[in-house]
Formats: sequence, C-alpha cells, structure tokens
Amino acid sequence: MPVAEPIYLDNNATAPLRAEAVAAIHQAMGPPANPSSVHGFGRRARLLVENARQSLGLLIGCRAQDVVFTSGGTEANNLALSSFSHVITSAIEHDSVLRAAPQASLLPVTNDGLVDLAALKQMVVALPADQRDKTIVSVMAANNETGVIQPLAGIIEVARNAGLATHSDMVQLLGKTHLDMPTLGLDFASFSAHKIGGPTGVGALAVRPGMRLTSLLRGGGQEQGRRSGTENVLGITGFGAAANAALSDVAHFCDMAGWRDAFEAEIGALRPDVALFGAAAPRLGNTSCLAFGGKSSETLVMALDIAGVAVSAGSACSSGKLTASHVLTAMGAGEKAAQAIRISGGWQTRKEDFERLAQVLAGL
Amino acid sequence: MVSTPTSQPITFAPRACNSLGFAKTEAETRVVVAMSGGVDSSVTAALLHQQGYEVIGITLQLYDHGIAAQAGGTCCAGVDIHDARTVAARLGIPHYVLDYESRFHEQVMQDFADSYLRGETPIPCVRCNQTVKFSDLLTTARELGADCLATGHYVQRFDTATGPVLHRGVDASKDQSYFLFATTADQLDYLRFPLGGLSKEETRDLAHRHGLSVADKLDSQDICFVPNGRYADVVRRLRPGAVEAGDIVHLDGTVLGRHNGIIDYTIGQRRGLGIGGRKDADEADGPLYVVGIDPKTHKVIVGPQNALACVHVHLGDTSWMARDWAPMPGCAVLARLRNTAPAMPAIIESLDNEGAVIRLQEPQFGIAAGQAAAIYDANDSQHLLGGGWITAAPLAALAG
Repeated sequence: MPVAEPIYLDNNATAPLRAEAVAAIHQAMGPPANPSSVHGFGRRARLLVENARQSLGLLIGCRAQDVVFTSGGTEANNLALSSFSHVITSAIEHDSVLRAAPQASLLPVTNDGLVDLAALKQMVVALPADQRDKTIVSVMAANNETGVIQPLAGIIEVARNAGLATHSDMVQLLGKTHLDMPTLGLDFASFSAHKIGGPTGVGALAVRPGMRLTSLLRGGGQEQGRRSGTENVLGITGFGAAANAALSDVAHFCDMAGWRDAFEAEIGALRPDVALFGAAAPRLGNTSCLAFGGKSSETLVMALDIAGVAVSAGSACSSGKLTASHVLTAMGAGEKAAQAIRISGGWQTRKEDFERLAQVLAGL
Repeated sequence: MVSTPTSQPITFAPRACNSLGFAKTEAETRVVVAMSGGVDSSVTAALLHQQGYEVIGITLQLYDHGIAAQAGGTCCAGVDIHDARTVAARLGIPHYVLDYESRFHEQVMQDFADSYLRGETPIPCVRCNQTVKFSDLLTTARELGADCLATGHYVQRFDTATGPVLHRGVDASKDQSYFLFATTADQLDYLRFPLGGLSKEETRDLAHRHGLSVADKLDSQDICFVPNGRYADVVRRLRPGAVEAGDIVHLDGTVLGRHNGIIDYTIGQRRGLGIGGRKDADEADGPLYVVGIDPKTHKVIVGPQNALACVHVHLGDTSWMARDWAPMPGCAVLARLRNTAPAMPAIIESLDNEGAVIRLQEPQFGIAAGQAAAIYDANDSQHLLGGGWITAAPLAALAG
C-alpha cells in the first residue's frame, strides 16, 4: 500500500489542469455562449475566445489572428498536412502525423534521437521540381518520448531554400521555452492545451500570414473559414488561461532540467546498466527516457504504479496495451526499446518528486 | 458527512494463515488476478478484494482481436478486455493489459496449426495455461512482488504436509482440472483458485451481489482465437499452402473419395465426410467414421465404429505435479481422455524420460492424438496427479 500521495510524472501524456484554467472556465461557464451570435451573450462569448487567442499568440509569438483553434493537437496536425499531396516527415513523429500521411517519406534519426539533416537534404534534392509546391516538410519540435529537441532551424532552412512548405508539431515544446513564430519561419505549427495545464479537447494551429488552409470540416465557416464548427468556448477559455500562466512559468522547466539531471546521475551511479535515451542531444528539461535493470517496460510501469509513481512507456493504445516504442526503435535501441520508461514532469512537479522517484526505483 | 462502510477499518483476531494460506494479514498479501473479462475471473478479483487482499488485475491481450472481432462469447476478444477494465475500475483495483500477442502467436497459435497439419486434434487452451499464463504471466506476477497468482478456474488447491495438491472443482459440470494437467509443482505452489469450491450458479450470484456488469455474460465456448468454431480457416491462414488435398480411404484399402485437407477431419468424426456409401459393406458395418489420419500421404482413413476402439494410449511430454507420488510401471490410475468424458481405470504400462504408455481397462473410442490425458489418483478420482499429451492411440483392431 502506498503511504505517501501518489506522484504524477507522466505530464507528456497530459498535465493536471492549472488553477488559473479552472478559475477561468468556472467563471465562463453557464450563460449561452455562441461567439457567432449577434446578441450580447454572443459578444461575451466572442470576447472570451478572442482573449484566449491573444494569450496563446503571446506564448507562441505570433499575431492573434494567425491562431486557428481546433479540437486538439491531432486535428491541428491533420489540418496542416491535409492540403499537401506529399509529406516529408520523421520516423519519430506522433501517430497523428504518421497516420495522417501514410505515404510520407520518412527521415531517419541518429542514435541520439535527432532527425538526420543530411538525409533531408538528399530527399529534397531528389524531389522533382513540379512536386515542390505540393510538398510539406513536417518535423516535431521536441519528441514526446525522449524530449529530444529537433534541429528545426536547419530543417526549415533546407526546406524553404527548396521552396517547400513547413510544419512542426510543437505540442511538447509549448510552455517550455519562449517561441517566436516569425523568427522560426514555419508555415504551420500545432499546439495542444492539455499538455500545458489546459483542458483536453482543445488545440490550435498557428498559420503563417498568407498561407492558405482548407477546412477539414465543412460547415459554418468559423475561424475565418479555416475550421468550421461552433468554437469550444469553455475549452478555449481554459487554454487561454493556461497559456497566460505558462508564459510566466518557463523558468520552472529550466530548473527542472537540473532536478532531472541529478536524478539521472543518481540512478546511473546506483545501476551502471541504466540506458538513457537521447541524453547526448539537447532535451526538454522535464523528460527522461531510460531503461533500467533489464525489466520490461510494462513490468516497470506496473511496479511503479503500484508503488505510487505514475510514469509511462511507449504509447498506450485505447485498450491500455503497451506497444514497443517506434521512436526508440528508430533510434536503434534494439531490445532496449521494450525496456524503456518515460518520466515527464509538469508545471506542478517539484524537485522532491524526482528524488522520490529515484528512491522508489532503487527499491524495486 | 455520510460515513461509508470503508471509513471504519474492521480488524480481525490474529490467526495462523489467511484464506490464501499466508501467515500475514490480507492487506499485506499481494495477489495478481488473471482477469479475462469473464464472470469467473471477475468474481475471483471481487472476492479477494472484498476479503481485504491487495489485488492487482492483469489482462492479457493475446491476439489482434480486430481479426476475430465478431466473436463476443470467447475468452479474450476486445470487448473482454474492456469488460475486465470496467470491473477493475468499479472495484477500485489497479489493472493492467499486457501485450502477449507475439508470445501467444509463437507458443499457442503456431503449435495449434502445426498440430492439425500433423493429423492431430490439439487443445490450445492447455498450451496457453502451460506457457502464456502459468509461465510468462506467473513470472510477471513474481516481478511485481505478488505472493501468488489467482485465476478463476474451477479446481481446488489444498495444502498438505507434502505440499499443495490439485483436486477437481466441486461443480463437476464446470471442473477444469483436465485443462490444468500440465501444471508443475512449482507453479502450483504459487497458484490459487478461489472458485474451486463454488458452483457456477453461486459464482453468478456473487457477481450479481457485487454488482459486476459481467454477471450475466455468456460462458466462453469456442477457442478464443477461432471465431465461429471454424478452426480450419485459421489453420489455412496461419499456414498458407501447407494444406493439401488427398484420398479418403477405407480400412480395407478401397478409395472412397477425395478431401481438401486432413485438417478438416478429426478422429471419430462421422458427419460431413463427403463420401458416397458403399451399399453392401456399409449396411453390414453401420456408418463410417474417421479412424485414422496420415499426414505423410494426406490420407483420411475411415472404417466402422468398432475399428475406433483403443486400448493403449501413448503419452508424450508427461508432467507430474504430485510431490508424494511418482508413476511406476504397473501402477493403477484413472485417465480422463476428454474434458467431458469420465476418468477411466487404466494401468501405466511403461515409462521413459519423455512419456508413458497407458493401458485402458475398457477400450475407448475416438481417441485423437494431440488431445490430453489427465491422470487422477486411482484411490481418489478427484485428485489430479498430472498427465501427458496423446501422441498415438493405436487402433486395437489393427494391433497384433
């Protein structure tokens, strides 16, 4: 029986709702709220949505009108890729990219988990000229399993020089660093509310001014015709509040890198057979992906859960079954891929949480 | 605030052992329950949880249920995983789904297909107990620090001075001891079967009393990965091209017809042989039965019912779970050759490292290789000793 409160270190899956988001949603809920309505109730709802758009624009460094709200990161990824007949992406993307573009050309990654820039250059050179305006390069900003931050600037440069459109799934990076979309030069970027302490069921696609976007859903033409369907006003309100809070919380994730590194050093000293995935590359400060003691991922996740620590492994399908990570397999981890667990801190995570995890792991 | 029944801890007087045989409290005893999503294993989890044990539910994903999705009443389709999760959530116990697809494919499904291609009639459920459940899952349970692994099988386990023994379930119509003949003594040490003393009706009553959503769920009938009982389709899918047509031949050598593959036939089968009768002979002998299958020549051999009689049964891969009993040539036992058949008196005629030959007191009909022989104590027909896989059952009529 776990004596202490369970600790939650699975924030790359979802984070707890921030108090600011709870308060904002609570305050907004109740009155009728269709932002398209012409009466006072409608105007109030419109204000909620536009304030949230402003907040998210501040966090990602773009104009509010360049933000399209969606039902989540999955829809944002699908929306961005749907206008292109050819997709170049990486082998370590989230399923919402890989399955949205089943015919995509896949870029390999290095053993450190970094997308191979040389491979992208070769792929771009080999691309026929008449294919270029139909092709998009989509590479995630930070990987959800390893936390490895991808060389986006280099990728965007190669793609833009060849006249290709660019997209990045920035779901995991959001709130962990300050972003500036114009400097990055991306055409599209996907975000999700619930990874930063907003509610599930809401996300956004940032669109570079001038880029065309065709709505996946046909209907009332909301979001400037780029995403039909009455806006999820409460979800968007919560997203905006979480974005506001995240804006002043970036330093927390920089501190967390230190706690994470201390944890990894402690575990490494205890068990020399620990394998740390992606540790040689730049990583998000909150993520640690490791194989420990030769136990299978599922056994470790179960044992930690029973001991009151929530972490994850690979990705869980809807039945709850764990499958070996395609990310670690692409990194050449071999059989170690089936032994890896992912630890990911969030806005609520404290230094003591990493310390207790080290104790529990040591006791297994 | 309304007080709930759990807000007042109930303390019991100290006693030697809890109901699972451990000299500690229920709360200190960690039990992994293998939850299939059916009523039996759900009640097992509910009972142990109610008794205060630290219960952890584990459900195995054994195969891609998308292929067999139309099968609702089998042991491990997708809906069953959902049911197991729901029951565990309602009980408030941890529950995990483990991916055993590749293990199940290698250790159970491949063996199932190969067995049919050898002209046998396999029992994959025994293989599954033997490998996936009582070997791999048991290892996982130990890794999780569990004191034991409990299942919803209808068998009884008793502790004796020489170690645990396995007896048939109290409900003879639900007894599953036949399927557990290959359990080893070490596995039996670690296993618990809390339903062995109950009837199926009592189990369903308990399910209702615990408010389990699966209380009225149908019992599984088929092999879980064979929807609609069409096992031959599964074999053809697993072993494309391996199934060859051949002759249907009478015992007297007459070719009576053709068949599309020996896998469509089982020893003792009478219906659907697809051959025209031979008027004169058949009227004298009665209907024709499959009496033999030759995987080398792809022949299906048919003959009259009396030709099916067997006296000697050859067993391979024998396994004996009893610690205070060892098989000896000449030893009297009881042998159950089918789950639904009574255990029949037999003598162990010979033994070697890998197997045994038993001689039945009365000839039995329609014994197929690939099936199991579960061996019980001659003095106590409830007490399972072990058993073996039937490798051959020579027809008495043809034996010298």
